[in-house]
Amino acid sequence: MPEFSFGNIAVYAYDMIGWVLVSYGLDPKLVVIIQKFLAAFLLANFALLTPIFTIWLERKIAARFQDRLGPNRVGPYGLFQSFADILKLLTKEIITPSGADKVVYFVGPILSVAPVLGIWVVIPFASTMIGANLNVGVLYSVAIGGIGTLAIMMGGWASNNKYALLGAFRAASQLVSYEVPLILALLIPTMLAGSMGMQDIVLAQGTWFVVYAPIAAAIFLVSSLAEIGRAPFDILEAESEIVAGYHVEYSGFLFAIWQLGEFLHAFTISALVSVLFLGGWRGPLADLYPILGIVYLLAKTYFVYFITMWIRATVPRIRIDQMNNLNWKFLVPLALAALVLVALVDKLLPASLAGSARAWAHFASNVVLMAIVFGMLRTESRRLQNLSAPAPVAAAH
Amino acid sequence: MSAQQIVFLVTAGVIVISAALVVTVRNLIHASLWLVITLFAVAAIYVQLEADFLAVVQVILYIGAISILIIFSVMLTRRVMADTGPQRIPQWPLAAVLALLVFGGLAYLLVQVPWPLAPNVDVSDTVLALGEAFVDPNRYVIPFEVATVLLLVALVGSISLALPERESD
Repeated sequence: MPEFSFGNIAVYAYDMIGWVLVSYGLDPKLVVIIQKFLAAFLLANFALLTPIFTIWLERKIAARFQDRLGPNRVGPYGLFQSFADILKLLTKEIITPSGADKVVYFVGPILSVAPVLGIWVVIPFASTMIGANLNVGVLYSVAIGGIGTLAIMMGGWASNNKYALLGAFRAASQLVSYEVPLILALLIPTMLAGSMGMQDIVLAQGTWFVVYAPIAAAIFLVSSLAEIGRAPFDILEAESEIVAGYHVEYSGFLFAIWQLGEFLHAFTISALVSVLFLGGWRGPLADLYPILGIVYLLAKTYFVYFITMWIRATVPRIRIDQMNNLNWKFLVPLALAALVLVALVDKLLPASLAGSARAWAHFASNVVLMAIVFGMLRTESRRLQNLSAPAPVAAAH
Repeated sequence: MSAQQIVFLVTAGVIVISAALVVTVRNLIHASLWLVITLFAVAAIYVQLEADFLAVVQVILYIGAISILIIFSVMLTRRVMADTGPQRIPQWPLAAVLALLVFGGLAYLLVQVPWPLAPNVDVSDTVLALGEAFVDPNRYVIPFEVATVLLLVALVGSISLALPERESD
């Protein structure tokens, strides 16, 4: 019989279920499968139900940013607004446009949620709780995220609608190109921890990696925002140009699945940022009582999520040329420079320098790089300002 | 039959069926989506071989990049997708005989050659072993660097191809 410990209650429950089932005479191999299935079921439902809350939270906070009240009619503080919306969407008819490719049309939204759920497999909730501690965890999160692009293209193409197709094109070009700085930024925590396993990365963060590599953290956050396609990177569903982009034809519950995928993805990248750069489940007493790790991780995740909401409610949508320029002319070169910098500094610093002193040395080198970058940006913008003398509205050729 | 064999047979079946569908369906988008399924099932085979790094890279490169590139270019050619031409070429019997001969030869070899089994090596950290093999001068550092330079050349080449020609003024 497993020993009870309050600090590790989740693992205790897991072991207890296994012990009870084995003592009933079930095959231990089968019991392991049942245990893993139950854990996966809980994890998936946690992830799938979170957006019900975060959608309300996001509407409320975005409203406050824009000096509005937000949902406030259904339940206290409008808390039950999401449930009302779910009921509405469930009762609406699912319309399939004529000429749509039925199977692809239905698979698209499902395929957009599934990979996001897949990322939760490698997120460590506590020192003892992780779905699967893959030793390629970081790469796995990127790989499975790439399937989301495919889902958007399937949905956009199968709708048999020009706006949807245009939205899918924009989505593909944006998501594929922002994967480059995303992966480059991911290399930095991997390098600092010496492992691609998420649990190892958390364990290596005696000092959070955001101190070691603030530039990488910022690049990761910005390119993740582009990956989830929210403002300011939402030209793939720009209402004023292409109505709603790839999901223009979807209605009812299929539309709800697209929305669910988007909100869940936003929450998931917040969790990834907290695991990779903000120390994951680490916090006071989290080693002794692993259950506290869940609290810390969720607190950090909601903090990062608040930042993404803040950016979304504040920054206007960028144009497609600005989107490409930001990626290829700013984020990618900066990520490459930061990567080389971190590798060099890490090798040049003496091995005896450990702990937070080493972290702050890294931080200082990042500040120097940032100062150089801002200097270059300043010269470049001055040059552009001098170039752009007031141009005639209609230039004759 | 062990569970491992069942999983392998299911994955192999998915690969064979979806690969056949890639070349037989008429709709080009459907063909590329079946290709995605084939490549994904190949990644599943890698997972069963405990080559997790290879599996993940397979998904990133083939599904995340190459398939999306294929679908992207196919989408741009909407009219070509409704292809109504014949799906067989006149020489198909000859091709079938050749394919059968190659298959027979390979199958014969597979049965005849005694395959040496690797000794029980620890495969818990394949990534570390792979990384060390790539930078070890006695192993794969030269092929690795050559491949890197080749990719760089391809990158520079594609940029120079895409550059608009400067007007000489």
